[in-house]
Amino acid sequence: MDWLFFFEVSLAGLGFGALYALTGVAFVVIYKATRVINLAMGEMLMFGAYLFFGFAAGFMLPVWLAIVLALAGGALLGLTLERLVIRPLLGENPISVFMVTIGLASVLVGLVEIIWTAAPRSLPGFLPDDPIFIGDAFVAPKTFWSFIIAGVVIAVFLVLFRFWRGGVALRATASDQGAAYAMGINVPAVYSLSWGLAGMLAAGAGLLLGSIAGISSEMGFFGLTVLVVVIVGGLDSVLGALVAGLLIGWIESLAGVYLGGEYEHLVTFIILMVVLLLRPWGLFGTREIERL
Amino acid sequence: MRIGSPKETYAADESLFRTRTQWVWFGILLLSLVLYPFMANLYWLYLVCLICINIISATGLNILTGYTGQVSLGQAAFMGVGAYTVAWLDNNASTPFIMNLLAAGAVTTVVGIIAGLPSLRVKGLYLAIATIAASFILQFIFINWESVTRGTRGINIEPPTLFGVEFDNPDTFYWLVVPVTVVMLILAANLFRTRVGRAFIAIRDRDISASVLGINLPLYKLMSFAIASFYAGIAGGFYAYFYGSINPESFPLLLSIFFLAAIIVGGLGTILGSILGAVFMTLTPELLRYGVDVLEPFVHDASALLSPVRTMVFGLLIVGFLLFEPHGLAEIWRRIRRFFHLWPFRN
Amino acid sequence: MTILEVDGFSLSFGGVHALRDVSLTVAEGSITAVIGPNGAGKTSLFNSISGFYRPQKGRVTLSGQDVTRVPAPRRAAMGLGRTFQNIALFRGMTVMDNVKLGAHVRMRTGPMSAMFYMGRARREEVRVRAEIEREVFDFLEIDHIRRSPVASLPYGLQKRVELARALAMRPKVLMLDEPVAGMNREEKEDMARFILDVKEQWGVTVLMVEHDMGMVMDISDRVYVLNFGQRIAGGTPAEVQANPEVIEAYLGADDMTTLRERLRGERGAA
Ligand SMILES: Nc1ncnc2c1ncn2[C@@H]1O[C@H](COP(=O)(O)OP(=O)(O)OP(=O)(O)O)[C@@H](O)[C@H]1O
Ligand SMILES: [Mg+2]
Repeated sequence: MDWLFFFEVSLAGLGFGALYALTGVAFVVIYKATRVINLAMGEMLMFGAYLFFGFAAGFMLPVWLAIVLALAGGALLGLTLERLVIRPLLGENPISVFMVTIGLASVLVGLVEIIWTAAPRSLPGFLPDDPIFIGDAFVAPKTFWSFIIAGVVIAVFLVLFRFWRGGVALRATASDQGAAYAMGINVPAVYSLSWGLAGMLAAGAGLLLGSIAGISSEMGFFGLTVLVVVIVGGLDSVLGALVAGLLIGWIESLAGVYLGGEYEHLVTFIILMVVLLLRPWGLFGTREIERL
Repeated sequence: MRIGSPKETYAADESLFRTRTQWVWFGILLLSLVLYPFMANLYWLYLVCLICINIISATGLNILTGYTGQVSLGQAAFMGVGAYTVAWLDNNASTPFIMNLLAAGAVTTVVGIIAGLPSLRVKGLYLAIATIAASFILQFIFINWESVTRGTRGINIEPPTLFGVEFDNPDTFYWLVVPVTVVMLILAANLFRTRVGRAFIAIRDRDISASVLGINLPLYKLMSFAIASFYAGIAGGFYAYFYGSINPESFPLLLSIFFLAAIIVGGLGTILGSILGAVFMTLTPELLRYGVDVLEPFVHDASALLSPVRTMVFGLLIVGFLLFEPHGLAEIWRRIRRFFHLWPFRN
Repeated sequence: MTILEVDGFSLSFGGVHALRDVSLTVAEGSITAVIGPNGAGKTSLFNSISGFYRPQKGRVTLSGQDVTRVPAPRRAAMGLGRTFQNIALFRGMTVMDNVKLGAHVRMRTGPMSAMFYMGRARREEVRVRAEIEREVFDFLEIDHIRRSPVASLPYGLQKRVELARALAMRPKVLMLDEPVAGMNREEKEDMARFILDVKEQWGVTVLMVEHDMGMVMDISDRVYVLNFGQRIAGGTPAEVQANPEVIEAYLGADDMTTLRERLRGERGAA
């Protein structure tokens, strides 16, 4: 076995895994605050990437401005969806809400294809592209930098989550909504906050993913893998999203190289099946107890 | 029953249509289905055949999701199993097409039961996600089990023949698919007159209480998966015969979403809902196409917009109905009927 | 003759001991009541007897058969019927279908014959339907609402439909979890009469949880008292009423008014 090669493949997988983790965190934030499993997460990510494309390639804005606008646009998208579609359905059967997010995903795909057509495109580069070596192992520079950026963003996010007032409100709402209300926390604002934040995180992940792999209207498929990630990690666990994101990125990369590209996602979904059968609440999630 | 003593015979009270008026309407419906082919052109016959295939599949999904509460995003993949079964038999065995169709139903039933196994462990959203996984695994098999499916190249299927008649066109195919659809609808409706159907609904409404009241949850959940996938298998078999060729792209996740949308729009947990939803969702793209034709002279490249607009409209319909009319078209239909029932004595 | 026997049930959820070594016997043809302050473990006891909860220790015997390892639906089929504290009707069905569902375990139709709805399936539906109309609906006086969707019914009637559903099963033992909670006086009297009739006319053994002391003392043959998951007394109503430990449990639990209020509050939220 060629250990150097194995190491390189693993690094590439971890790079991708960081994006899974980043999007996974967005997913978990929404789930924690609103108990919604957002199947449109992948499409929100795609939308963010296309916004960047639109600003940078369409309007020829400077890259940094396009990034800022795309992130803001992602946040705005999250806020809008929450306010218009999700909030009226809160308290309804969770399955309805879930299906609504499927509908939203479809709307976003249609929207992107109407504006930008379904053709795949590549994003204007904004990551440094000098080759990177870790020891003897080569890492694709875009992968390397997106890993670093995702890591930094997640770290910042964790700090906010822990110490910032909004983050504390979010955590309080997640653990006990009634109590949060009673303590004077503005719960609807927390809903908005969570969707806005998640929208922004997703857009960021979309930018990074797009710069590595290009963008297309099928990019939302990425969201399905993220769904697997958060279920494996535990829907309500940020730590779970991080660990499972890296893990699944790594495994997919190994499967893709050693078994063949078509096995990449097969392996993911088989992992999902196994986890659902053995430990449906995931590696780090809270187990819900049923009552009569 | 609108008027009448509360103690008319129980048998009559248990029947599918309770009043004579309902029987009359049912007769009129059947009659118009018989007359239709003599009045419609090929395009409209094609549409009805397609609608029927979709009704069969949507009805199956409605039994599973609408009545039993087990959300499934695997219906299209199950249809694929049926379609590939037919295709394989058509190419490798000289069995009559009715056998092939039944085999499609049977094979898909078995696959559906296996895919339903996670429902014994998880429910609700987790189950929905498990069905997504199942549908990807099936898709993988369609693509990679080349010796049976011929991979991405797809398979061609000869049109079915019966008593020397070849059903190679919508005008003949109509006589095949419409009667089967009517029968399958009646079978589905019957189900909910019996203990089996009640058990399904009980599982949807309160699974734990149902279990304590004597309903074997694993058994009935798998039964529901079995029936839903049987319907999908038959629909898929028809699909293969109808189009004469299939490939892995014929049954994408998006098609499963289409069926989910159909039963949401039509009405979850009603037979009428499956019909209305399938009709509506099949006709919507046609309507859009018509709209695009109208726009063609004015808008640059309007036909390229068709597919994305359709995707978006499907999404909007799901969202819109869930937000504003969660009981779907079937409920609207009921309201209209009530209106006319009281008319002109409304206050 | 003992028809139901619970022997040493212990059940805990994490740190909460819902039941500790609880034993009781129910004589065939009797009305046996379980009482105790809120959170004493009465519902947990019922759920354990039903087979929904699996106690960590203890056995349960039904009609002389050890059913400790038997799953819930099989226990129902063996004649264990019940109602629920927080009404558990199936909201998507009419009253008739809810009650028919109760008869599920004594019907046989399988999916194939159900779909064709001929011969046996049809006869069975019509027969059960007739039996329900005759035995249950007339008895409980709910004939007029048989086609109503259950969700639209007032609380008292919903409780009655639940009882009807349990009776449609033709149980040997009927467990009622707070059958008159939240009812007005008149409804309570009706329900007490129904329960007595169930015992006397139907010959069904009744095991019930109830907070209404008047009713418990009036109609029960035997009363068990739970407190903090433990059985602290058992005997005839008179014996239990005189038991100092029981009095203390009730007084010591909290004062009665706040207790009642809490009860009402919980129900309003449910
Ligand atoms: N599924 C569960 N998970 C965790 N704790 C539970 C569960 N079911 C019951 N408990 C706990 O067990 C204890 C007994 O509850 P139970 O519902 O049996 O009381 P009860 O006597 O029926 O009270 P009430 O009169 O209010 O109905 C309570 O502390 C309750 O919180
Ligand atoms: Mg209780």
